[in-house]
Amino acid sequence: MSAPVYIAGTGVITAIGNDTAANLDALRSGSAGMGPIRWLETRHQGQLPVAEVKSSNEMLAEKAGLPAHFSRTSLLSTIAAKEALQNAGIPDLGKWRTGFLSANTVGGMDKTENFYPAFLQNPAAGRLREVVHHECGAATEITADELGIQHYVTTISTACSSSANSIFFAARMIRQGLLDVAVAGGVDALTRFTLNGFNTLMILDSQFCQPFDENRRGLNLGEGAGYVVLVSEKVAATLANKPEVQLSGWCNANDAYHQTASSPDGTGSYLAMQGALKKSGLKPGDIDYINLHGTGTQNNDVAEGTAISKLFAEAYPPMSSTKSFTGHTLGASGGIEAVFSVLSIQQGLIYPNLRWETQMKELPFAPVTTLQEKKVEHVLSNSFGFGGNCSSLIFSRIN
Amino acid sequence: MSAPEIYITADCVVRDNKVISNGSLLYAQEGAAVTEFLEGFYRHLAIDYPKFFKMDRLSKLGLLAAEVLTKNGRQRAYAPENTGIVLTNAQASLDADIRYYASVSNLPSPALFVYTLPNIVIGEISIRHGFKGENAFFVSEQFDPAMLGFYAGELFRTTPTQACMAGWVDVIGEKYEAVMVLLEKEAAPGAKPFTTEQLTKLYATDHGAINANA
Amino acid sequence: MEQLMQTLKEQIIRQLNLNDKKPEDIGNDDPLFVEGLGLDSIDALELIVLLQQEYKIKLANAEEGQTVFRSIRTMAQYITDRQAQDAAAS
Repeated sequence: MSAPVYIAGTGVITAIGNDTAANLDALRSGSAGMGPIRWLETRHQGQLPVAEVKSSNEMLAEKAGLPAHFSRTSLLSTIAAKEALQNAGIPDLGKWRTGFLSANTVGGMDKTENFYPAFLQNPAAGRLREVVHHECGAATEITADELGIQHYVTTISTACSSSANSIFFAARMIRQGLLDVAVAGGVDALTRFTLNGFNTLMILDSQFCQPFDENRRGLNLGEGAGYVVLVSEKVAATLANKPEVQLSGWCNANDAYHQTASSPDGTGSYLAMQGALKKSGLKPGDIDYINLHGTGTQNNDVAEGTAISKLFAEAYPPMSSTKSFTGHTLGASGGIEAVFSVLSIQQGLIYPNLRWETQMKELPFAPVTTLQEKKVEHVLSNSFGFGGNCSSLIFSRIN
Repeated sequence: MSAPEIYITADCVVRDNKVISNGSLLYAQEGAAVTEFLEGFYRHLAIDYPKFFKMDRLSKLGLLAAEVLTKNGRQRAYAPENTGIVLTNAQASLDADIRYYASVSNLPSPALFVYTLPNIVIGEISIRHGFKGENAFFVSEQFDPAMLGFYAGELFRTTPTQACMAGWVDVIGEKYEAVMVLLEKEAAPGAKPFTTEQLTKLYATDHGAINANA
Repeated sequence: MEQLMQTLKEQIIRQLNLNDKKPEDIGNDDPLFVEGLGLDSIDALELIVLLQQEYKIKLANAEEGQTVFRSIRTMAQYITDRQAQDAAAS
């Protein structure tokens, strides 16, 4: 039997709130975070709704305790990761081998794209300090420094499943005895780069997204960061607040079908969910809630839904896409939804899939549309990304 | 570490316009620019895969190195879900990001945008070879054999993985480098044990010396 | 129309990086997707960009592409029709 890995703390910042408590309030009250573009400078202002964190870079910098010229990615990351560590309240953190495993897809692109036009005009004119924070690893390093974590720091970049992957990688390192404590998850800030790019793929909804609805039109981009603190049994024993949740299963698989599109039968999604169940020793019927990847695109929802209908045909657990609240936060989504999954077990909540109206004709099940309060033992969280990278995590109550 | 026995059954090092696999020079094209070299390398392998020309340079490089591994490795048939890929580099997808960014001022190109993620190279290799097991992409400042060793070792230890491609693939401007290995659970003739030292040695492959022998 | 179809073939080969294809390899009525040229959903999006870039024609949505991009002939016909409409409107 492998050693358990406990969740000791959570930290999250999204369009629906700047910390865990605020996110929980919004999830309870059914308040979505989408709206007209306010902070991002783009020609799409007024056309495409997005789920922005409701703060300027200056406000975020103050909260993070960092200079305002740092990339929004590193500010969001630092805020959520600090909250997670504080929430865990690990006494004498310095005596444990602690790692920071983060993920993102755009790095400091928000700064680079401000630099680029000037650079194209005159290569000597650009402000270099904005570009040096570009690469994906920079946001991770800045946050790790702020947390005082030096033992092990790494960045995963596997598109929209990135932060789910960083979480189970952390669990592996703890199980292997390489780390005692790990802050794991991910971050992505909204940028013109991603907004324009997803727009060219024609998968952005010009209204608020409707995941798993027959008439879904696409996704809304969001931004944010989400981290969990994973600890070994030894560390857990030192905590004043005993952890209630453990990461009991995970699996990653490749869909091997197309650079961006999911295979029609959701092969990769199926393999990921099936593998995670196997790893946790659970049966499909044990799952009390599925936090769907549920982007709201035609392609994802039918592929994910088809895979679910193959695996859970005997009894469909309640399920919903919290991207109907936060938008699709790309590299951050797995981390943010991991936090929501932990909260689901801690609070006994199943979140509604907002704005759902019409049954998808391909699927025999529907998502949950109203908040449910009940005992939740096991949550399956799905995160699937471009490049065919599919991950499922299972969080379980510690009994 | 209590790693199970894992073997490097094929390797491929691409840099300085030379391709070296299992210690032998496979292809060289001196003086060519990166794009030209990659196309020459593709033609040398004599594969028919027109999608190659649509890929960004990171995917092209990774795909060709993977092609060499499967040609020079054991080529045993594995169940798709038991085959994995773990890659890492320093520049993520910056080379493709810049190209996409340059297209935005005209009309942004969806075909360029899809390559603005570093793990798309893994997707391309997976599609080509039907690899459906665990896959991961890390961004790290430099080649990190310990990290690769741990991650790939975990795949063999804790998942049904039986074969895995692992390594470093990086492209930015005119600089590029690929150092990849095929890992398998069973030793083949000429296979080396998969260790951090072996990876370090492979990364240090001296292309000048190999050229002299070839 | 013949001239337009020839031009389209050259533009498609360039835009989609079909390096191993020549215009004469593509029949006017060959299907462009799946069994014909083997184009995929990203290629379809690139063709939408091509129409906008070269012919100033904007498709309303990606679904419209399924009929427009059936073959070189349907594409050429669509361009000809849209240009005629625009000429009539102005």
